[in-house]
Amino acid sequence: MSLRIVVCVKYVPDATGDRHFAEDLTVDRDDVDGLLSELDEYAVEQALQIKEAADDAEITVLTVGPEDASDALRKALSMGADKGVHVEDDDLHGTDALGTSLVLAKAIEKTGYDLVVCGMASTDGSMGVLPALLAERLNVPQVTQLSAVSVENGVVKGRRDGDTASEQLEASLPAVVSVTDQSGEARYPSFKGIMAAKKKPVETLDLEDLEIEADEVGLEGAWTKVEDAAERPARTAGTVVKDEGEGGKQLAEYLAGQKFI
Amino acid sequence: MAEVLVYVDHVDGAVRKPTLELLTLARRIGEPVAVHLGAGADTAAPVLAEHGAVKVLTADAPEFTEYLVAPKVDALQAAYEAVSPAAVLLPSSVEGKEIAARLAVRIGSGIITDAVDLEAGDEGPVATQSVFAASFTTKSRVSKGTPVITVKPNSAAPEAAPAAGTVEQLAVTVADSSKGTKIVSRTPRESTGRPELTEAAIVVSGGRGVNGAENFPLIEALADSLGAAVGASRAAVDAGWYPHTNQVGQTGKSVSPQLYIAAGISGAIQHRAGMQTSKTIVAINKDAEAPIFDLVDYGVVGDLFDVVPALTEEVKSRKG
Ligand SMILES: Cc1cc2nc3c(=O)[nH]c(=O)nc-3n(C[C@H](O)[C@H](O)[C@H](O)COP(=O)(O)OP(=O)(O)OC[C@H]3O[C@@H](n4cnc5c(N)ncnc54)[C@H](O)[C@@H]3O)c2cc1C
Ligand SMILES: Cc1cc2nc3c(=O)[nH]c(=O)nc-3n(C[C@H](O)[C@H](O)[C@H](O)COP(=O)(O)OP(=O)(O)OC[C@H]3O[C@@H](n4cnc5c(N)ncnc54)[C@H](O)[C@@H]3O)c2cc1C
Repeated sequence: MSLRIVVCVKYVPDATGDRHFAEDLTVDRDDVDGLLSELDEYAVEQALQIKEAADDAEITVLTVGPEDASDALRKALSMGADKGVHVEDDDLHGTDALGTSLVLAKAIEKTGYDLVVCGMASTDGSMGVLPALLAERLNVPQVTQLSAVSVENGVVKGRRDGDTASEQLEASLPAVVSVTDQSGEARYPSFKGIMAAKKKPVETLDLEDLEIEADEVGLEGAWTKVEDAAERPARTAGTVVKDEGEGGKQLAEYLAGQKFI
Repeated sequence: MAEVLVYVDHVDGAVRKPTLELLTLARRIGEPVAVHLGAGADTAAPVLAEHGAVKVLTADAPEFTEYLVAPKVDALQAAYEAVSPAAVLLPSSVEGKEIAARLAVRIGSGIITDAVDLEAGDEGPVATQSVFAASFTTKSRVSKGTPVITVKPNSAAPEAAPAAGTVEQLAVTVADSSKGTKIVSRTPRESTGRPELTEAAIVVSGGRGVNGAENFPLIEALADSLGAAVGASRAAVDAGWYPHTNQVGQTGKSVSPQLYIAAGISGAIQHRAGMQTSKTIVAINKDAEAPIFDLVDYGVVGDLFDVVPALTEEVKSRKG
């Protein structure tokens, strides 16, 4: 039987750009180019490796986001995923983590799945909670923050490297997995992959398709409210000295002045 | 006064500093009730009481160590039902955030992660977050349900505020559905004897400029002279020069010490994301154009192989 893998990928503003908030205190997406969250490339890579090790597997990449979020799906498809699902609806604007997890969970159930693979965190909200939220909503095991992962005979195994210990984890499918950037470099799409991606099917769903009411998501339905967003004042220019033999001493002098020594 | 649940992060009853910070913040919005799961409650309770816990709810079960996260969610949910708190606070560790997330779904509440400050507001607690690699500061609150908020280490100075700390046993039933992810084995990390990276008052980090694992003792020596923790950039970690657990940045640890010293680190956005909220920032880099110098309070343009040992010597002699 075919192993159905769903990879959740997020479309985010480029972290190297000048990211801002819009007037309604949601992320300003017009100012900065968007792209597939770099940490989700690791999720796509691990899904591809799991597929390559399986007899028969199919990878669906799933995103919840505005029209441009299809770019994130194309990137994942060009890396080798088989098909895409894009949940897009004007009423989704301003959705928070609880809302996003609700939409993702419904879309995953509709698509059908044995394994859900996520990144460790997005590069914008960077909460790192979506995989746990999904496991709770789908009522399946969470096998998260893995630096190594494999699937064999309906069992997912992984290594979770924590602060105090490294743990070996195991769960039966269906399950939700998230992988860290230690799991292995993501492959670059080949020219052939990029051309093939253009022909791969992408299904677009809206809230009605998922039987979600508009007031359960979006800014209005959000469980959290951002009341203020202020740009951090630029740091006042510090002292920079050139080492001409005394650099270490001068620095010690400064640290002593600040009472660090 | 309303009660506030505080999830206790500890190692066999040795309470970690971020929990004491949580108790301090909790007192701004109500009366802290600590939830201690696992062994060592007897050791932890007096410390929790000393820092303001009016009550300490405790539970121990083999499931907490045999399975990942979910059994602890069952326990925290039991505490939530026993207390009906005004808010639930947890430390912003990987596990803390995951427990918070699952509890939020169960109790139908919003979640805010990585708060760096917390204050009482007319419509419930207001959390300050530092977002987009610390380039923006936001204020948010939970608008549905009981606020579930995770707080970063070093967000408040722990204050003593002796309270009753009455210990009560919490009845916990671990659901079968919470036994899905088995922890098959656990390899503990060896302690270096240095302060915990996220909690340290001073952090000394080395980057690609350190140029090899064999040179990291230079960074360690400076750290030891200052009683600091050692950090590393991802470039240094990816090269295998230092363990990943010491990585500072977006996909590593986020630190907010009194003093951060970056040696041979350029200051890429992903590194800045993990250290930009440090109070005082110092850099040593031979490239005067390195972006890290945009952040510094004090910078030395120079070769770290000259500057770092000289600094270490100077610190040692000043400390006598
Ligand atoms: C700066 C900032 C701060 C925020 N703070 C909060 C907050 O405190 N509370 C809150 O409720 N919301 C918050 N949000 C909103 C939150 O980021 C979004 O709701 C988001 O979609 C879910 O959280 P995340 O992006 O942080 O996901 P993470 O939990 O960091 O992402 C983990 C993984 O989940 C998957 N994933 C996440 N989002 C999507 C998506 N839209 N489509 C497909 N896969 C996805 C990806 O695999 C990703 O790697 C914040 C947003 C921003 C930009
Ligand atoms: C999704 C994602 C997540 C990431 N997460 C992280 C993260 O968590 N943490 C992180 O650090 N990075 C992270 N990165 C990587 C980040 O983009 C940079 O590549 C990395 O921070 C560079 O490390 P570096 O400053 O040590 O190396 P470089 O950028 O190579 O800088 C080395 C510096 O050392 C200086 N130097 C060299 N020799 C000497 C000498 N003898 N004396 C003094 N100075 C010297 C050079 O002038 C240079 O400025 C991430 C990247 C991505 C895409």
